[in-house]
Amino acid sequence: MNQYPLWRYVLLITLIVFAVIYALPNLYGEDPSVQISPKESTTLDATLIGQLETALKQQQIPYLSMKQSPGFVTVRFSDTEAQLKAQDIIQATLGNKYSVALNLASRTPKWLLAIGARPMKLGLDLRGGIHFLLDVDTDALVQLQESGDIHTMGVDLRNAQIRYQSITQPDKTHVTIEFRNLQDRDQAQILLQKNFPNYLFITNNLALSATFSPSALTQIQQNAIEQITTILRTRINELGVAEPVVQQQGVNHISVDLPGIQDMARAKDIIGKVATIRLQLQDVEHNAETAAQTGVIPAGTKLYFYQGQPILLKNQVILHGTSIINAVSTIGDDGRPTVQVRVSGSEASAFNQITAANVGRSIAAVYIETQTTKKLENGKVVTTHIPVEKVINLAIINSALGNNFQITGLESMAYAKELALLLRSGAYPVPVDFIQERVVGPSLGKENIHMGVLSTEIGSLLVIAFMVVYYRFFGLIADLALILNILFIIAILSLLGATLTLPGIAGIVLTVGIAVDANVLVNERIREELRNAMSPQASIHAGYGRAFATIVDANVTTLIVAMVLFAVGSGLVQGFAVTLTIGILCSMVTAIFFTRAVVNLIYGRRKIKQLPIGITVKST
Amino acid sequence: MEFFKTRTHIPFMRQRKWAGLFSAIIFTVSIISLGVKGLNLGLDFTGGTQVEVSFQKPVDTAQIRNNLVASGFAEAVVQAYDARNISVRVSPEKGVTQEQLKAKLMQALPGGTLVQLDYIGPQVGAALMTNGILAIIVALIATMIYIALRFELRFAVSAAIALIHDPILILGIFSLFHLEFNLIVLAAVLTVIGYSLNDTIVVYDRVRENFRKVRKGTAMEIMDLSINQTLSRTIMTSGLTLLVVIALFIFGGPTLRPFALALMIGIVIGTYSSIYVAGSLAVAFGLDRVHLLKSSKKIEDDLP
Repeated sequence: MNQYPLWRYVLLITLIVFAVIYALPNLYGEDPSVQISPKESTTLDATLIGQLETALKQQQIPYLSMKQSPGFVTVRFSDTEAQLKAQDIIQATLGNKYSVALNLASRTPKWLLAIGARPMKLGLDLRGGIHFLLDVDTDALVQLQESGDIHTMGVDLRNAQIRYQSITQPDKTHVTIEFRNLQDRDQAQILLQKNFPNYLFITNNLALSATFSPSALTQIQQNAIEQITTILRTRINELGVAEPVVQQQGVNHISVDLPGIQDMARAKDIIGKVATIRLQLQDVEHNAETAAQTGVIPAGTKLYFYQGQPILLKNQVILHGTSIINAVSTIGDDGRPTVQVRVSGSEASAFNQITAANVGRSIAAVYIETQTTKKLENGKVVTTHIPVEKVINLAIINSALGNNFQITGLESMAYAKELALLLRSGAYPVPVDFIQERVVGPSLGKENIHMGVLSTEIGSLLVIAFMVVYYRFFGLIADLALILNILFIIAILSLLGATLTLPGIAGIVLTVGIAVDANVLVNERIREELRNAMSPQASIHAGYGRAFATIVDANVTTLIVAMVLFAVGSGLVQGFAVTLTIGILCSMVTAIFFTRAVVNLIYGRRKIKQLPIGITVKST
Repeated sequence: MEFFKTRTHIPFMRQRKWAGLFSAIIFTVSIISLGVKGLNLGLDFTGGTQVEVSFQKPVDTAQIRNNLVASGFAEAVVQAYDARNISVRVSPEKGVTQEQLKAKLMQALPGGTLVQLDYIGPQVGAALMTNGILAIIVALIATMIYIALRFELRFAVSAAIALIHDPILILGIFSLFHLEFNLIVLAAVLTVIGYSLNDTIVVYDRVRENFRKVRKGTAMEIMDLSINQTLSRTIMTSGLTLLVVIALFIFGGPTLRPFALALMIGIVIGTYSSIYVAGSLAVAFGLDRVHLLKSSKKIEDDLP
């Protein structure tokens, strides 16, 4: 009785070793740091370190260390204040060729990093930063897509010589086509269903009513969210945040966490900014070379450079980026990389006419974005915003362009992908709204960590002390299990790369309370059996056996609640739910499996008269 | 050390009328308070902008309120965390950007440094509220189904009633004392549901076991016996959990304080309700030996 096979001990020790190793990085902590990497080339200037050293010394900003790695330089600081100041100074010194990002550099030794052990990520409330929640108006996108398709549906019907009376969009989500007779209507239904598999066509007297099928609708929404997420990431890069968290929340929300930065106005400026795309015709009546040399730009045109060559573009914009609703890179009919562009909205028909009149001429895609630059003036950092226009593609018009057209003969697939992304990123495909914002100062973050850790320590110490006083040696075993439980939670959170927040810490604290419950149940049961004059060995056996079902039942209900919290809660509440869930699962292992193993190791295979569990039972 | 040297024989079931009366009174008070005074909803549910401001010297909240009213924030909600840290909440204004609002607010709070700024759009607040209510209902139904499957329907219904009782009382106390009710307090309320159920299940588990072991005795006697047998465990666990939550209340800082408070109330009420409400109700619903014997499963003694 009360013996465990060897493999259980081996398993237990393996688990403990793993937990210790993966929880270890959290002890080392992190340094606020600035990471400098070149934007375009991949080689670092050899004089970079020297430049940085002089700049920081001149401004009297103390730093801990400066280290060059392949592709980037990391400068560590002792506090966030110095880090923020240094970021501005470094950006101003190096100019826009380098991206200068705020980061937390781990002090974890290399051998731990090599086996994938990393410290837990800290949430915004623990390290300061900015949080946004963006709302994406996906209905607007559906409407936009449909108004584009209306045009094509009409063209298809006319080409098939099916007569219809009208095509309208009575509300945001429906398209209605009216016919003169049932025969036309039925023919149209067959044709349209084949050409537009994304739609559901329902007959209604002489009319056909079309809506997006649920799966197509989800697809559209998902594409929009993904596209916006991609755009957001590229824009955030410019903000200089090393570890932004951009993720979808719910159906149409995107949550953005920017740890480390404080400047809300600038963050909103960059995230909310509209980089735009314009299509313009090339001016071939004037000589671009002469214009570039003399500086005399013909009226109604503007001088640009494309692949190093000067070109003149007519000022008239024939298509704005907002009309481009999709652009994807594919392999064209000629086997060369191609970008397929979809256009919608009021500009589409004018675009069709203008391109029809200019077949054989060239059309340019111009990308306009606002760049933020920093300069040092009299020791102060001055920020300026300049719109930068760039020709990203020049193509010859082969035929009149409609709602769908292709840019063919591109040099590489990578370029096609890049072009498609830029065409799409001209603007967010749908209106995006800031519905939640949060700025946490770095000092508050530090204070929150301090308070969280302190309350965990005090809470745990109180429980540990009380358990020993009440259950003596068995209490001590339960205490070991409790410490092991916290270790397991930290190891798992680190391993999962989960973000620790203040409510997450609360979840850990609460788990401490719940985890001892299992041992209280077991120990009380053992005491009861002892009072019933059972032998110590039998009492241990019965105590663990009987308490097991109760412990499982009790924990399952708390788990159910934690799952509900996770499913319906938002960011912070989810952090709490995650640690609570992990805590409960770990406590089952530590409070039952671990304590039993220790008890068996000590009391198994031998005769005992008294169990040190805090009560004395007179033998009968 | 032991709480009780000998086996306790507290006649819980005989006290159930008094307990019922006590529950009825505080339940009614809670409902009335919720109906009349309502909840002091936090930013999460109302939407708007909230700033946390820290001052070098101790400040007078009345003075701050006057300053804010003078600056055009007539409905600003000022809350003091301690002498030098306050939070101010204002409703959204049309045509004013967050940055302008922030500047205007900070102007009305001279000498203060901004520690934290939160903005929540009105539609988010409404959605969070709906989600919160939904969460409580889903949690109740899900746990009820689990108990009905593991034990018996009578137990499930009694447990559910005891469970509804707990959040209502917490909400009642938050309403009565005008404490701020935010998202994290809601999380605490849900946790209490899970926690209180813990206690209830431990008692029910014992009842099931005793029906099998003790051949004689009415349902009421078995219930009394079971509650008494699990009493020291109930006191021990509730006491220990209360200890850590008190630590959280004292040392966890202003963000976690309302959360810890809700848990403290919840643990006390949850312990009470699992002893007096859940047990008595199951008996009142006509719990009998036969209900449990057929659904009992043999529990493997070999489990760890």
